[in-house]
Amino acid sequence: MKRSLGKTARSFRQTIPLLLGVLLLVSLVLVAVPASLYARVFTGNTILDPLIGAVVGSIAAGNPITSYIIGGELIAQGVSILAVAAFIVAWVTVGVIQLPAEGEMLGRRFALIRFCICFLSAVAVAVLTSFTLVLI
Amino acid sequence: MIPMKPSGRNIFLLVIAALYAALAAYDIALLMETLRTFVNLLGKIVPVLLLVFAMMFIVDLVVEPGAVKKRLGKGSGSMGWGVAVLGGVLSTGPIYVWYPLLGDLRKKGVRDSLIVAFLYARAVKIPMAPMMIYYFGWTFTAVLYLYIIVFSVVNGILVERLLRDSVE
Repeated sequence: MKRSLGKTARSFRQTIPLLLGVLLLVSLVLVAVPASLYARVFTGNTILDPLIGAVVGSIAAGNPITSYIIGGELIAQGVSILAVAAFIVAWVTVGVIQLPAEGEMLGRRFALIRFCICFLSAVAVAVLTSFTLVLI
Repeated sequence: MIPMKPSGRNIFLLVIAALYAALAAYDIALLMETLRTFVNLLGKIVPVLLLVFAMMFIVDLVVEPGAVKKRLGKGSGSMGWGVAVLGGVLSTGPIYVWYPLLGDLRKKGVRDSLIVAFLYARAVKIPMAPMMIYYFGWTFTAVLYLYIIVFSVVNGILVERLLRDSVE
């Protein structure tokens, strides 16, 4: 038991610099990027907007509820559901900010490949969701 | 004296510290607001960190690497996928607090594809579903969550295959 506790504490201690770094970066993005900025990056283009949504969602940080609120506001401002879906899926699944931490703890190649696949699938999930909603 | 080699973890923190130092020189009010946000976030993640620490301790204490390999390693089948997806859906807090536990489980033999599935399935947030339904409607929420679950498995398979191909 003592050995397990020591091993866990050691492993956890090693991750503290990374967790603090990610947390400091998330705090900076939350304060430096106002929610009103998100609406300005969308163009109204059906093909381009889902990609923009996925890029912005990948860079953004914070509680997923924030992405729902911003997404709701974006729809009210005329941004397509396709773009908003890509935005909220990328918000929770991609994460540029935590990429260095993920690379350190799970392997750089793993983190990079997962990052790329999750980015592409954020767009795919958004397209499929919008398509299915039209069919229903 | 042995010179201390800086690890990637410490370099990352140093880069962020340098960013904060630059922010202090540029806009002290923004720095103070950022630090307040940081303290607020830290307070929120501490309970999740304690939960992850407890889970890591329990896993190390009671779970044998052989058992992990059998249930969540290669050949774990649909049970492995089920555990990974359900674990992802039920997990709470920010994604990065789960990295240490996932790293430990990986060393014990958990498949990469299941780690990917766990991380992706975290996009399904049951406690936050009412909020999503309020903004986007229940049909959108149900369809989106369904696709996320499907893609957590698809992504797991894809990432594992790409990782294998990049090694070969």
